[in-house]
Amino acid sequence: MSAPAGSSHPGAGRILPKLGGVAAAGVAAPAGPGPATYQQNGPAQNQMQVPSGYGFHPQNYIAPSGHYPKGPGKMTSLSLDSQHDDYYSGLYTVPTQNVVTTSTVNQQPGAQQMYGRVPPPASHNMGSAPESFQGAASSASHLHTSASQPYSSFVNHYNSPAMYSSVASQGFPSTCAHYAMSTISNAAQASVSYPSLPAGDPYGQMFTSQNASTVRPIKDHSFSGQNTAISHPSPLPPPPSQHHHQQQSLSGYNTLSWSAPGLLSTQDNPVQNHTGSLVTASNNPTNTESLACPVMQNVQPPNSSPVVSTVLSGAVSTRMSPATHHPAEPVASVKQPSELMQHKGVDSSSTTSSASPMPNSYDALEGGSYPDMLSSSASSPAPDPVPEPDPAPAPAPAPAPVPAAPQPAKVAKPFGYGYPALQPGYQNATPPLNSGVQPHNPAYSGFQQYAQYPGMNQLSSSLGGLSLQSSPQPESLRPVNLTQERNILPMTPVWAPVPNLNLDLRKLNCSPDSFRCTLTSIPQTQALLNKAKLPLGLLLHPFRDLTQLPVITSNTIVRCRSCRTYINPFVSFIDQRRWKCNLCYRVNDVPEEFMYNPLTRSYGEPHKRPEVQNSTVEFIASSDYMLRPPQPAVYLFVLDVSYNAVEAGYLTILCQSLLENLDKLPGDSRTRIGFMTFDSTIHFYNLQEGLSQPQMLIVSDIDEVFLPTPDSLLVNLYESKELIKDLLNALPNMFIHTRETHSALGPALQAAFKLMSPTGGRVSVFQTQLPSLGAGLLQSREDPNQRSSTKVIQHLGPATDFYKKLALDCSGQQTAVDLFLLSSQYSDLASLACMSKYSAGCIYYYPSFHYTHNPSQAEKLQKDLKRYLTRKIGFEAVMRIRCTKGLSMHTFHGNFFVRSTDLLSLANINPDAGFAVQLSIEESLTDTSLVCFQTALLYTSSKGERRIRVHTLCLPVVSSLADVYAGVDVQAAICLLANMAVDRSVSSSLSDARDALVNAVVDSLSAYGSTVSNLQHSALIAPNSLKLFPLYVLALLKQKAFRTGTSTRLDDRVYAMCQIKSQPLVHLMKMIHPNLYRIDRLTDEGAIHVNDRVVPQPPLQKLSAEKLTREGAFLMDCGSVFYIWIGKCCDNNFIEDVLGYPNFVSIPQKMTHLPELDTLSSERARSFITWLRDSRPLSPILHVVKDESPAKTEFFQHLIEDRTEAAFSYYEFLLHVQQQICK
Amino acid sequence: MVLPRGPRAAFPRCPRRCSSPAMAFTFAAFCYMLALLLTAALIFFAIWHIIAFDELKTDYKNPIDQCNTLNPLVLPEYLIHAFFCVMFLCAAEWLTLGLNMPLLAYHIWRYMSRPVMSGPGLYDPTTIMNADILAYCQKEGWCKLAFYLLAFFYYLYGMIYVLVSS
Repeated sequence: MSAPAGSSHPGAGRILPKLGGVAAAGVAAPAGPGPATYQQNGPAQNQMQVPSGYGFHPQNYIAPSGHYPKGPGKMTSLSLDSQHDDYYSGLYTVPTQNVVTTSTVNQQPGAQQMYGRVPPPASHNMGSAPESFQGAASSASHLHTSASQPYSSFVNHYNSPAMYSSVASQGFPSTCAHYAMSTISNAAQASVSYPSLPAGDPYGQMFTSQNASTVRPIKDHSFSGQNTAISHPSPLPPPPSQHHHQQQSLSGYNTLSWSAPGLLSTQDNPVQNHTGSLVTASNNPTNTESLACPVMQNVQPPNSSPVVSTVLSGAVSTRMSPATHHPAEPVASVKQPSELMQHKGVDSSSTTSSASPMPNSYDALEGGSYPDMLSSSASSPAPDPVPEPDPAPAPAPAPAPVPAAPQPAKVAKPFGYGYPALQPGYQNATPPLNSGVQPHNPAYSGFQQYAQYPGMNQLSSSLGGLSLQSSPQPESLRPVNLTQERNILPMTPVWAPVPNLNLDLRKLNCSPDSFRCTLTSIPQTQALLNKAKLPLGLLLHPFRDLTQLPVITSNTIVRCRSCRTYINPFVSFIDQRRWKCNLCYRVNDVPEEFMYNPLTRSYGEPHKRPEVQNSTVEFIASSDYMLRPPQPAVYLFVLDVSYNAVEAGYLTILCQSLLENLDKLPGDSRTRIGFMTFDSTIHFYNLQEGLSQPQMLIVSDIDEVFLPTPDSLLVNLYESKELIKDLLNALPNMFIHTRETHSALGPALQAAFKLMSPTGGRVSVFQTQLPSLGAGLLQSREDPNQRSSTKVIQHLGPATDFYKKLALDCSGQQTAVDLFLLSSQYSDLASLACMSKYSAGCIYYYPSFHYTHNPSQAEKLQKDLKRYLTRKIGFEAVMRIRCTKGLSMHTFHGNFFVRSTDLLSLANINPDAGFAVQLSIEESLTDTSLVCFQTALLYTSSKGERRIRVHTLCLPVVSSLADVYAGVDVQAAICLLANMAVDRSVSSSLSDARDALVNAVVDSLSAYGSTVSNLQHSALIAPNSLKLFPLYVLALLKQKAFRTGTSTRLDDRVYAMCQIKSQPLVHLMKMIHPNLYRIDRLTDEGAIHVNDRVVPQPPLQKLSAEKLTREGAFLMDCGSVFYIWIGKCCDNNFIEDVLGYPNFVSIPQKMTHLPELDTLSSERARSFITWLRDSRPLSPILHVVKDESPAKTEFFQHLIEDRTEAAFSYYEFLLHVQQQICK
Repeated sequence: MVLPRGPRAAFPRCPRRCSSPAMAFTFAAFCYMLALLLTAALIFFAIWHIIAFDELKTDYKNPIDQCNTLNPLVLPEYLIHAFFCVMFLCAAEWLTLGLNMPLLAYHIWRYMSRPVMSGPGLYDPTTIMNADILAYCQKEGWCKLAFYLLAFFYYLYGMIYVLVSS
């Protein structure tokens, strides 16, 4: 539609020239000169040409057009005017909301900073900052609407709501960021564009930026100023080229907009022009977004009415959003983890762009989703430095002049040339601001050029840096004589080694919390890897709760056209228009939209965009990434109510937790919930809205399960809340007199599957005994006499494939099954666990659970449930892991179904799930110095948005064995080995697995001794990086999963194995090797400050009884359990001050809480324990263990350096290893 | 079938003993003919197997679907092979039987050590994407294809030899 319109307009003639230009030089779009004459016209033409030149661009655009229905209507200029009105009204309403939110945002620290900066610019430009804000917000909303991008608009709306409701913490931060950004932009240029960005990415940025925010805002201003300046000044010619590029991408839009620009040229009808542009945009699906923005900008200047301009800019910003996001991200490094986590937000679903051609294919889908990596530290630092330089130059110019409104309009046009679709809008908004900028123009152009290549420079420098850095003998290679080193364990926690990359890359690299590799220096060939005898693999925690996460809303998610890798910080930009994929080395074109950086509002700096500045980002995915509309959050609870279950009394705790957290269940207004109970029959509950009380429907035919009613078993949480509450209040007492001892778990699961299969979702199964009826019934396989056997441990694998098949069926219907096993006797977890393992569920096990007899388990269940019910959740997820050509995935570990060689199907993803991947080197990596790994987790958030979380890790390649050893990440290696050992135990035997673990130590140390170390072989030498390896392996051998000779119940063992497979590294390491601290003499020496609390940092003690003294008190952190061991002669002052009892004798046997006493030592101990607790999602249970109490065996079994009746002490183990090496 | 004269001249020292002086259609010859046909079928099985795993490796197919198509074919393949082994046993073709015994034993071992599953078949969709298992299955496919091809010509030769020599 738009195209025809454009032709009809005078601009058509111009279009022709452009086309010619395109034919002549496809890429160049340099035609820039055109702009000089008539800025608007020129740009428009340029844009047109560019598209034609780039065949792919047009395609992209087309796709978008389809998405945007609105476009056609807008086409006619006349209609445009009317539309404008409509838009405005719509926008305005929205803006009001936005404004409110912004204000709230400002209140937040990060936001405040932003805000503060904003005001000054505002004063310069407009006079009233608030107005600009509103305008920006409104504009953003307008833009969204006009662009027909539901996501962005939604996001904004949501954010504001989120702000109101404290619950959506994630949403808040991001929103705040957006707002702040917008405000800033407004001040500087009145550019709303930021706001639009905020919708998606902006949020993340805002958050992160709080600390750095001041700097960035400045930068933003400067940039905006620069941009505007450029547009304003006559210098236009240089910038145009860059602008042209952008325009080219937008070209479709431009052509359409052209007509509009013409209109715009006349200052009289800025608004009309905008509308026209919007219309055109709508016509050109892809382009429309970008076009609309520019148009908007143009319009604004003429009017000189801030509001309008802001609106326009907002629109621009929305389109631009990806870019804007970047700036925000870096800034936001900080503090509001929860908020980030919650991102949830908002997006509705519209998709946008053209980017992904293959929507339906799984590949495309997978690309989308990524776990929450953003952890924090690594990515944030990098961004800051980069942005700073730019900003500094920019700011100075920007402030200076404030051109008259009319001038801006003209200027804007040229600008439009330069940045056809996107930037123009900004510039227009900015014109007033720009006045100052003009001087910059020259500088800016120069700057841009530099900007183009920085990416390359960084890479090359990094490459160079690698070799340089590695030359001196690193500390990690210092030989350590293990048998003579008495205190091998460092006093402070062990941190992940930092890859030997240059500083720039190091800053950009993914946080080790999310993504770790066992070898931070990848050997060049498989032969070298084999020589090193070390496992190569990745440890992933993709959906981790993050405190800062750049969220990017963009029409086009830029990906490699051949391997579908997402653009990441480690790609190289060959020139401004092309980038080289770092995984497959294909050269790709940079889409026009990507040329604009919303953060800096600059054009032609693709390397500055958030995607290229952060190794962990989240994209809001378009409908191309959906196979069906995003599903609502659906939760089904399947509860065992047999005699055994009622006796254990878990129902009370569960129902209580559910009642408390019903409102906190992640989800939107579509959230559905259902309940089933079973003993020897299956009971359904009709909770249909309108019933006076819940209706129980009993199905006793367990051989052929059917659903008693087709609907109303899964009901909307909000519509039927009263009924649900009634049911939850009644449930604990409903079965109190039951005599039914059988459990028909299998049929109940089949029914649950039938219930869930239309939507997918999460099934939470509570089981208290061995299933004894119907399909999937199990027999007891455990022989209690074999529990402490040192020989063959049997029955580690499933007894039937019923649960596995069920899990696969569930997985196919996007349903995950989470198992809560609360049993006092053997329940064959090995078989039952399959239902969760292959459906990407999670497993909780509470041995000998009883609500009164075992209060610590009851408390643990309560805490676990709280976390379980309220934590973030992603539905219908897939995760793809890509790596540089030459490497390949070998085996995956975790709870999921492997769908293809690199694609994991995850019906649900939760923040506590970890994964491990074994890698193999298939081709020599000699022609590359860096390898990269990228995980993409595509999921549907509980708010019904499709999101992609991408983590990228970059590691150097080395050719010498010494470098390989220098880069070993011993914790990652031990976790990978543990995963491999679990597999080995199940497929072969436990003793095989144990032997393999010992051999791993023996082989690696002997390989090191014979190849790298020149020392005598009489001693057991390990490189510093591997010095903890034998200790950790010994800890593994004494772990419940692998120990022999000590009485271990089969279910306990299997549960430990399940945990090893599914826990992320941080938690797994605590499970394998607990941390021991002495806490009776806590001091403030070396203490850290967290939230106004002083947290003492006692040194780590080695896990040996020799460190325990009767005079002391020790805290052992086992991940899910804390033990406080009180020595017999412990200082009475400590006991009184911290425990609240007068002396050792009066301490009760079962104590699970520290009283809140107003003494210094109590405060220190509690703040230390609270600090430890806060670092993990599951709140651990605290046990106070008196010396000489029976519970002390629990504590002492974790002292892995000591000798037990069945296992070596650490020193004996070393001698054993040495013996093996000498053989 | 068209039987060129070559075989006898080319392989004068055939392992088979002659049972009757005149050219006759013996049970052994029947066994060879049957084995020839069945081996042709097995070759198709092997090719199917190789293609299926190649598809898995290149992500064209969902492992669940692929296992569902592969699993029903496992037992028929093994039974066909076992069937003509028994036939050769009855025909007292010891050398041929001896050549087939390793494969028969492998089949028995392979099926005994299959993962826990309720239906017939060998392949478990949850483990089949493991690179080791995938590589093993692919290798197995190629080896079987080679074996069946060689066996095919051997049976062809054997059949002619039996026919000509008897």
